Amino acid sequence: MRRALLAVLAVLVLALFSVSLLIGPAGLAPAEALLALIRGDALAETLVMREIRLPRALLAVLVGAALGLAGAAMQGYLRNPLAEPGLIGVSGSAALGAVIALQTGFAAAHMLALPFAALAGAVLAVLIILALAGPRGGSITLILAGIAVSALAGALTALVLNLSPNPFAAAEIVFWMMGSLQDRSMTHVWIAAPFIALGGAVLLLQGRKFDALTLGEDAAASMGVHLGRLRLALVLGVASMVGAATAVAGAIGFVGLVVPHILRPFVGARPSALLPASALGGAALVLMADIAVRVILPTRDLKLGVLTAIVGAPLFFHLIYKTRMQGQL
Amino acid sequence: MTGLELKDFSVARGPCDVLRDIELSVEQGECLGLLGPNGAGKTTLMRAALGLMPHRGESSLANLPLKERAKTVAWLPQTREIAWPVNVETLIALGRLPHLAPGAKPGAQDQAAIDRAIERMGLESFRPRIATQLSGGEQARVLIARALAQETPVLMVDEPAAGLDPAHQITLMETLSAQARSGHTVIASMHDLGLAARFCTRLVVLWQGGIAADGPPAHVLTPELLAKVFHIRAHIELGEDGPIVQPVGVI
Repeated sequence: MRRALLAVLAVLVLALFSVSLLIGPAGLAPAEALLALIRGDALAETLVMREIRLPRALLAVLVGAALGLAGAAMQGYLRNPLAEPGLIGVSGSAALGAVIALQTGFAAAHMLALPFAALAGAVLAVLIILALAGPRGGSITLILAGIAVSALAGALTALVLNLSPNPFAAAEIVFWMMGSLQDRSMTHVWIAAPFIALGGAVLLLQGRKFDALTLGEDAAASMGVHLGRLRLALVLGVASMVGAATAVAGAIGFVGLVVPHILRPFVGARPSALLPASALGGAALVLMADIAVRVILPTRDLKLGVLTAIVGAPLFFHLIYKTRMQGQL
Repeated sequence: MTGLELKDFSVARGPCDVLRDIELSVEQGECLGLLGPNGAGKTTLMRAALGLMPHRGESSLANLPLKERAKTVAWLPQTREIAWPVNVETLIALGRLPHLAPGAKPGAQDQAAIDRAIERMGLESFRPRIATQLSGGEQARVLIARALAQETPVLMVDEPAAGLDPAHQITLMETLSAQARSGHTVIASMHDLGLAARFCTRLVVLWQGGIAADGPPAHVLTPELLAKVFHIRAHIELGEDGPIVQPVGVI
């Protein structure tokens, strides 16, 4: 069952990845496009494929996998289906870093200034959270610290917008915060990939501990789970993945919340089995959404984060309704 | 072999000690009932002895490395928590986690332990059921089966009989005392004096931060002790099935 699900999701991701490569305003025929991607001469088609469409599709996979896996890990750790990766304040802080880079004009000076400012924001958030949450491994202090950091990052972001003397910078900030994968380069892929891979490896290794937490913190601790170490691994893993994803794509909501929720029944609700499935599911969902923004309104630059929220929220309504009907909530 | 040894053991909650200078040694084959009024420190004693909360003094279990301890003692907390709608067999299989090598899947030995635990708790027909949809008492039995599946020399359970119907209370206590007879160490906190008197080989009564009485049920459960510690009167009789204790009134 679990193997079959992973296989189906992997095939889905591959198929959507291919579709993502074949869609774009350049209007290349599918065969021509793939040939240009592989052949690698300096023609315009190759340039379009390698410099525009390939990074976009790769980033969709990376960002989606990061959000899906981080969401499943957060829910597993907090034993709450409403937990999401933004809860520990890392995405908000990464966004604040990016907003400051945009406002100061730092982002315009160098292409990598924005993602690195966002990563710096994420690192700062992690340090504050770890200092606030204290040495003993409770989850309540972690949530409270996360809420506090999120609130502060949100307030400072609002302050930057509030005081922005330049309406263009303000508009740019607002658009950036909506989340998009447009006009990203392979450099963005290389910035995000190591953090996402590292964070993913850290989180996937905690699967069994999340399983043990099904019985509560006390029982898990008695079964050999070091709660303090698990919490540290969770914060570092989620921050590394979500910080990097936010740095290259902006804030993309609902993926980390909805994907684990949809896939949970298919893995028999086991937190460890949900981790890899949610990574693949997240990749598929973001690929789908990124294809949709290009197909639905190709001329209007519909933002990815707007679409995921518009599609994700009603889907979530439905899930809550269904869960309630089954008497599980 | 000793199941649990506490020496000069104290636990503080805030500025005051909840437990002071406890000396306790529980041997293999003992089924120890931990009694005491609400707030006497039964749960605190067990959690601290496991090393799950800060304490002073020596506890043989808390001294063990984390992994070793998980193979030595199984702990069933009082709050019955099942966070996700997993099926009963998956939940009971969690008890095998401490025995699995990193990355290894449960083997034939683990499956045998899971099957034994399921049989002991009479949960055969529940295997595929979703644990969160069971009744409170059924969930309690599933969680006890999880602790049994851990197959540790020491079993520590916090109010295991709470919420079970009379038949399952008796079956559970029989299972626990059978565990003790087969060489395990069982430590159970309880409120039901009748069950404790019938099935435990030894009772320890916690009161005002210390041990008020320690010994076989017939010696511990005297009218004087029940009056002093629990403020109750009880009908006490030595029946064919062991001592029978029935509280009849409050003093």
